[in-house]
Amino acid sequence: MSHSTVPRSGAEAGTPVKTPVASADATGTRKERGSGKQGLRHRFRRDRALILMTVPAVVLVLVFNYLPILGNVVAFQDYDPYISDNGIVSILNSPFVGTENFQRIFEDAAFWNAVENTLVLFLVQLVLFFPIPVLLALLINSVVRPRVRAVAQAVLYLPHFFSWVLVIAVFQQMFGGAGMLSQLLRQHGYDGLDIMTDPNTFPFLITAQSVWKDAGWGIIVFLAALASVPTDLYEAAAMDGAGRWRRMWHVTLPALRPVIALLLVLRVGDALTVGFEQILLQRDGVGTDAGEVLDTFVWWNGVRNQDFGYAAAAGLIKGVVSIGLVLTANKVAHLMGEQGVYKK
Amino acid sequence: MTAVIDEPARRPNRWAAPPRPAWEEEPSKAGLAGKGIALSFACLAILFPLWIVIVTSLSSRKTIDEAGGLVIVPKGITFIAYQELLSGGQVTRAAVISILVTLVGTLFSMTVSVLCAYGLSRTGSLGHRWILMTLLATMFFSAGLIPTYLLVQSLGLTDTYLALILPSAVSVFNILVLRGFFMGISPELIDSARIDGAGDLRILRQIIMPLSRAVLAVITLFYAVGYWSAWFNASLYLNEQDMMPLQNVMIQLVQKQEAPVGLGQAIRTGQLSGLSIQMAVMVMALLPVAVLSPFVQKHFRKGMLTGAVKG
Repeated sequence: MSHSTVPRSGAEAGTPVKTPVASADATGTRKERGSGKQGLRHRFRRDRALILMTVPAVVLVLVFNYLPILGNVVAFQDYDPYISDNGIVSILNSPFVGTENFQRIFEDAAFWNAVENTLVLFLVQLVLFFPIPVLLALLINSVVRPRVRAVAQAVLYLPHFFSWVLVIAVFQQMFGGAGMLSQLLRQHGYDGLDIMTDPNTFPFLITAQSVWKDAGWGIIVFLAALASVPTDLYEAAAMDGAGRWRRMWHVTLPALRPVIALLLVLRVGDALTVGFEQILLQRDGVGTDAGEVLDTFVWWNGVRNQDFGYAAAAGLIKGVVSIGLVLTANKVAHLMGEQGVYKK
Repeated sequence: MTAVIDEPARRPNRWAAPPRPAWEEEPSKAGLAGKGIALSFACLAILFPLWIVIVTSLSSRKTIDEAGGLVIVPKGITFIAYQELLSGGQVTRAAVISILVTLVGTLFSMTVSVLCAYGLSRTGSLGHRWILMTLLATMFFSAGLIPTYLLVQSLGLTDTYLALILPSAVSVFNILVLRGFFMGISPELIDSARIDGAGDLRILRQIIMPLSRAVLAVITLFYAVGYWSAWFNASLYLNEQDMMPLQNVMIQLVQKQEAPVGLGQAIRTGQLSGLSIQMAVMVMALLPVAVLSPFVQKHFRKGMLTGAVKG
């Protein structure tokens, strides 16, 4: 199936969406579609069932993804949640304060602490997490026995489907103050160790949890890219005298390059999101000095402290910077000749 | 006939290595050993903690005390922790709530997503590009926690289970994966069905869906796991402790080390081990996922990639 191949260049990855005429030819159905010559009414009558089918999803997306954008006006308000039980009524009756919330944020040491923690966690995860799925994929790909491979994959994928609550519970039973590690240390006459609440090692704890949960899952994309490399290439390289390692360097790794670039772009674009649920669950245990990131800062100030205007302002800053990051990361990918998230 | 003679019906041993191509050198002993060790380490790093959790959940108070806490080697299996947890009370209720939210939510999400994916699967239909762009754009921004929170509150969803389903009901990524598959189905099939007088809904039900079982299984799993694992929306929108799903109860029992409502007495007096209760709740949370996901495993790769490429 054409689905199971990874695009090797931008040209192959084109979505049919961008060129309606060509794609109508390609699919072969109703060649008249999109020709624009027929009246709108005719096209509507022809396609109304299709349009109707998209309505529930579109309504949900409009209500829960687009409508809240308007709610960001509270960032410019001294929002008072006690005016009414209905947030919309409260918004309409709360006074506007201009950029006061933003000024307060920029003078707030807690905010800059959250920014710093976010960036540290992003960098540590990028350096320590990112290479592991690539290495695991190379390892799995070199396993030729079908059953061994299937079993290993089943085990490696499994933790991806665990909830963060469960993953953290498992880590607590292993590395917490009453966990396996402390138990072993105490039985051998040492002091117990509570890694779960140690602020100094927190970025590494977070990364270890991410690796445990998702590194196995991350190999899927790389495995597909590896499967799409034609065997001829390996054979030709072997004929030319390339050994195992040179074949990996000159055939395998170039095949992975576009996927690695794409995932890096996605990751950098998402730099300010560093595992909200995971960190929120451990924020109290480890303390805010190490455990507060931008998302939890917003949660704390808004949901807990009921300072909605302030929290929304922090969230808005994060949102705007994030969009900028996504667009910049894509631009860089395109400049490097890679595909990025979207084309052109 | 010849084909039968050429290929004996004996199934190949899938644990053994298939023959290597002539140009490939035989693997070295050291290389094989290194690979084996690396792979075993990776798998054990995942399985060992789960083993301890499961064994401890099945251990008696006495075994746990003798082991000094967590149990590695099982010594007599008892289901007392599960019996206590499932004989009504906080955890039973939470498990039932989680199961119901997962079933209803997954059914709703799948219906909405499959319909939408099919509606968008024919390029050139009216409004197709606009609708697609509207959905795609949401992958690049998020309205933010606070505005979403205020909206859900304003819609009157607080303290209802709709708050656990509606805000996260649609995943644009999942719709794109489904759509990518539907677009790959031969258009001739659809055309011939249309000539026979089938409407779009019928084509979807009788042609598209039976041909897409693999991707439907994957996306169903994704949605189901999403609902089963969710805890944040419940912590945000539900105030009643009695309404909390399993994950939120697990936070209280394991992270905050509280005793389950009604079982505190049995734990204090030593009839029950608090630890095995904690572990049993964890096993309840991981069991459905661990049992179901391997069945869908072989379809993961296709499912993941279509979405990544067509997006």
